[in-house]
Amino acid sequence: MTQRRPFRTASIAVVWLWLGLFALLPNLGLLLVTFLERGESDFVRLVFTWDNYARLADPVFIRILGESLWLAAASTLVCLLIGYPFAYAVATARRGLRPWLLLLVVIPFWTNSLIRTYALIIILKSQGLASNVLMALGLVREPVSFMYGEFAVFTGLTYTLLPFMILPLYASIEKLDKRLLDAAKDLGASSLRAFWHVTLPLTLPGIVAGCMLVFLPSLGCFYIPEILGGAKSMLIGNFIKNQFLVARDWPLGAAASTILTVLLVLMIIGYWLSSRRVALRERKGADTGAATAGRTPDTAHGDGEDMTHGARGRA
Amino acid sequence: MTLRLRTLRTWLVWLVYAFLYVPILVVIVYSFNDARYTTEWKGFTLKWYSALAANGPLVDAALNSLSVATLAATIATVLGTLAAICIRRYRFPGRKVLHGCIYVLTVSPDIVMGISLLIFFIAMGVQLGFWTLLAAHVTLALPFVTVTVLARLAEFDEQLIEAARDLGASEWRAFRHVLLPLAAPAVAAGWLLSFTLSMDDVLVSFFVTGPTFEVLPLRIYSMVRLGVKPDINALSAVMFTVTIVLVLLAQTLTRTRRK
Repeated sequence: MTQRRPFRTASIAVVWLWLGLFALLPNLGLLLVTFLERGESDFVRLVFTWDNYARLADPVFIRILGESLWLAAASTLVCLLIGYPFAYAVATARRGLRPWLLLLVVIPFWTNSLIRTYALIIILKSQGLASNVLMALGLVREPVSFMYGEFAVFTGLTYTLLPFMILPLYASIEKLDKRLLDAAKDLGASSLRAFWHVTLPLTLPGIVAGCMLVFLPSLGCFYIPEILGGAKSMLIGNFIKNQFLVARDWPLGAAASTILTVLLVLMIIGYWLSSRRVALRERKGADTGAATAGRTPDTAHGDGEDMTHGARGRA
Repeated sequence: MTLRLRTLRTWLVWLVYAFLYVPILVVIVYSFNDARYTTEWKGFTLKWYSALAANGPLVDAALNSLSVATLAATIATVLGTLAAICIRRYRFPGRKVLHGCIYVLTVSPDIVMGISLLIFFIAMGVQLGFWTLLAAHVTLALPFVTVTVLARLAEFDEQLIEAARDLGASEWRAFRHVLLPLAAPAVAAGWLLSFTLSMDDVLVSFFVTGPTFEVLPLRIYSMVRLGVKPDINALSAVMFTVTIVLVLLAQTLTRTRRK
């Protein structure tokens, strides 16, 4: 290009400079540290070693990793099971009511998550609200505490991250063209079949986005296990934090965080591959769909849609 | 829809709202309770709120957080918007890498960003404090701004810019008079998101700030670890109220703009 575009050049340079300095370089440094030896006076010694990864092949660490993955998966699943019907109910509520119902999800979404975690203590602790309710119902005789343990951590993750599941689900369900469901029903599909074959595939992007927004943060978070789980509960986030602040074993902590990153990257690649396959299948489906639509009287509508798709594809 | 299903739906909605709101409402009620340790109601008081205002370190931490969050959100919004425009508008070597980089940053765990920046700052010999925290928060928020603005840019027609360019507008003028006004709601949303990310962040701040510069989330973190205290109840109530006001404000802003 012969044209000189100072704005363009400057923008690209500034963005790259910032990301290079504060994202790429630090992450490369982190990777480098995982291959260095632990130092006595300084944090690391410049000696190459594989030892840090070997040290992670320890049953204790593997149990921590397994426990973290299990808790993250369990809270993601529960968030989805609560969030999907809820988001569906909100997205199909009366039009005038929807913004207000949604606002009530947005407020906890923006509320400081430490404050929300703290609020759970009052509910879960001995003689807290949960215990009092159970006593009043006569289900338990003595005050019970739900604090300090796997259950409390699980509740904490689900409670703080539920809005992150609901919002993307709501967005994708609201966009859903309800006429497709009517069409499926007209063609004789039961509600369940229509849901399984129409609603679910079309809202899949929302499901995936919601699951990622719950699963990923719940893996690295160390304050929820620390506040609600007590000293006994140790998840991967706590392990990494301890290596850096208590044990002062930077290489080991860095290696553990690299394992975490690699796991997440693998998951995202898996998701990307499967979504590409779904997209391909959908495009095929859309083509045959368009061919049949051409024969119906509703051609004008179909053409309009094709054009918007075309414009997007070009852009 | 059958009547039974509809009742079930209403119940579900109310249960989820109860799950989301009861804990925080209980905390707010207790913040007015005149008892230090018991969960019993011992009468109405405002003394925990005055204790809060008299808590010097806490007020300082709050002011520190506000200044870092405002600055970080502004820088992240500028850089994030520029990144979105570069990705969307320009063809240059490394464009796909940049896009991928932004995407990876939005999903990479905060704790990894925290420790990688800690290692980086220590290796560079930088004193941990205000500046390291600012740089970290900008890096934390930047990709989210880019993603928000990119989504908005995908909605409108590229030809508007091309038209402006054809009419002789420089790249900067096309940006200033066409692109920016169109992307404005997303840019504003990106700023707000960055601000909240910065005010809310524990996982990154924990590693990249020093003892000389304490921020609100870390202060709250060290208070909360000690268990339930009436002054934290009051603090929670204050922060929750501020959040509601901000959310309502943001809603009215976007609604009037749309009209």
